[in-house]
Amino acid sequence: MTGFFGGAIYGLAAGALVGVGTILGVWGERKVSGRIQKRFGPKEAPLFGIVQLLYDMLKMLTKEDIHPTQAKRGIFNIAPLFLTTSTLMSLAVIPFVAGWAPFDTSVGVLFYLAVPSIGVLGVLLAGWSQRNTYATLGGLRGAAQMISYEVPRSLSVLSVVMLAGTLQPSVLMSEWRIWWLPLTLIGFLVYFIASIAELNRGPFDLAECDAELVGGYFTDYSGIRWALFMMAEYGGLLGAALFGSVVFLGGSWPLTGALGLLVLLVKTVLLIIAFMWAKWTFPRMRPDQLMSTAWRVLTPLALVQIVIIGVVIPWL
Amino acid sequence: MAYLEPGATPVGLEERDAEAREIVVNIGPNHPSTHGVCRVVAHLDGEVVNRADLVVGYLHRAIEKIAENRTYLQIVPLTDRLDYVGSMYANWAYCMAVEDLAGITVPERAQYLRMIMCELQRIASHMMAIGSTGNDAGATSFFVYAFYTREFVIDLFARISGSRLTYNYVRPGGVAFDVPDEKWIEDLRKFLKDAPKQFDEWDRVLFGNVIFKGRTKGIGVVSADDAINMSLTGPSLRGSGVDFDLRRDEPYALYDRTSFDVIIGEKGDVFDRARCRLLECYESLRIIEQCLEQMEPGRIKAEAVPRLIAPPAGETYQRIESARGELGVFLVSDGSVRPWRMKVRSPAFSNLSATGPLSPGYTISDLILILGSFDPVFGEVDR
Repeated sequence: MTGFFGGAIYGLAAGALVGVGTILGVWGERKVSGRIQKRFGPKEAPLFGIVQLLYDMLKMLTKEDIHPTQAKRGIFNIAPLFLTTSTLMSLAVIPFVAGWAPFDTSVGVLFYLAVPSIGVLGVLLAGWSQRNTYATLGGLRGAAQMISYEVPRSLSVLSVVMLAGTLQPSVLMSEWRIWWLPLTLIGFLVYFIASIAELNRGPFDLAECDAELVGGYFTDYSGIRWALFMMAEYGGLLGAALFGSVVFLGGSWPLTGALGLLVLLVKTVLLIIAFMWAKWTFPRMRPDQLMSTAWRVLTPLALVQIVIIGVVIPWL
Repeated sequence: MAYLEPGATPVGLEERDAEAREIVVNIGPNHPSTHGVCRVVAHLDGEVVNRADLVVGYLHRAIEKIAENRTYLQIVPLTDRLDYVGSMYANWAYCMAVEDLAGITVPERAQYLRMIMCELQRIASHMMAIGSTGNDAGATSFFVYAFYTREFVIDLFARISGSRLTYNYVRPGGVAFDVPDEKWIEDLRKFLKDAPKQFDEWDRVLFGNVIFKGRTKGIGVVSADDAINMSLTGPSLRGSGVDFDLRRDEPYALYDRTSFDVIIGEKGDVFDRARCRLLECYESLRIIEQCLEQMEPGRIKAEAVPRLIAPPAGETYQRIESARGELGVFLVSDGSVRPWRMKVRSPAFSNLSATGPLSPGYTISDLILILGSFDPVFGEVDR
């Protein structure tokens, strides 16, 4: 199914997926952080506290739409959409079932790595448009950080692409073999760490760094626009975990079909929990330390991974 | 991203148009990391702080002035509101001043109870301090861990004094209440047994963490001489390697009957100051243990302390080692039932004033850590 209607249907499906993902993600985040912090997390609302998030969403949807008087109104309004839209788009290339992806293109891996980068623009514009010093600093930090971490992240994915010999995620998933896992372990670690930074989550959440920048690039946002930022964050989390499990963990391996989807989801949830675990355990890095981690540690490691694969491939 | 070696002054500032590059960030008065209502006007060049001016006074309640219109006993609850993280200290320092003026001798049991309470208070206060240092560094969960330990202490306080934050426990001539029952002592002993394990764990979780070390080591370095010149006291001074503790060097109450080590740091950076606080908690436990052994049944309040104390005309300055440093109360009596003047020497205020001169050359992230490393409590800073 292609064309306008197909796109609309996929768009709505992606929106629904990210919406549900956000609700479950926020709930999971509260539960995981609660367990880590010796408390329960939400539990009074129905369904183990999940409904709490529906209440929250309702509250945010009905909130007054506030604009700071000094803000650049047009840019202020449109900035969150850059993040959310690019995140939704990036989900299109994930092969949910073996051999099928909503947008099954031969450059899917490249697509996934490139499209969420449009979000950098959203961060930068949001930070700049508010005319708020915290937000400006947060936006600049966010842009520098996200662009820097693109490099090790893309390089780490390259290792699996070399092994599979394809950029098409659905083919890559069916080509995946279990012995690739030990071979690409370094790449997987680099991908994991760089993804955290790419998503602006702790311990690399410098762009929203509540200790010094209050709320970072979305300090002055409230209501539904703030919810859009949250949707982008959790959608991005979901996307990074899905893509990570497809590329590095074999996606639906060893099963296929509906059961394969279940396997993929289990791997994704485990990865998401690992992301949350890191966020709630580690202190935050300083901006310059973050940059040197990207360029002095992660990028060389990703290059070493590529060298390893390059040496191994002729022997296969 | 231009980043300077810690402590260096911004390079080439005069060469370029510094005015145009500089942005001014108003941190506070309401901000997640100012530990209260402090305003820091930070002049930034990119991420690097060129100048940081502290603006205090947002929590000024004129406690010293109000005290002039109250009787001596009525002032005790006011002193609770000075340092609301460590209410016992201000209670005690004030009561020591009153006792000195009026010539009241405090019974031994009351002295031991005061010491136990203040050492417990030190643990509670230090847990708050290192918890918020962790929080400033981004370790949100550690804040909750520290409060977990603090909660045991607060629970003990609530059972002996009836309140969790402002205790109004130390009174002129003694303390307000005796130990409620044997169960309280048992629970205190249980805490003494469990607490070291918790401290060990917090030591590993925060101070053993490589990111936290990277964030705090070599940041906000104060040399021993500077520390003395900036009149730092308490863990902020000892973190710089100056071996000074009023409990040992000028023993008040019955501290001369206890033995404990004074913890000192090496480099005087944020890490040392914070870790000093944690290590001091172990020593506090030792002091409490000795107090429990030495304490004997007896009166908890001096005999014949009237409701309306009218000390003879005179003045006094009494100081104790609070969790933040040297807490002094200067009290002048004109012979009436109200003090003529009360002045509090606040360690939090003196320590905080070091933030401004220390910050230039560090990044804004470090500025928050430096501010927090002096453990300011704004009730006491602004009074």
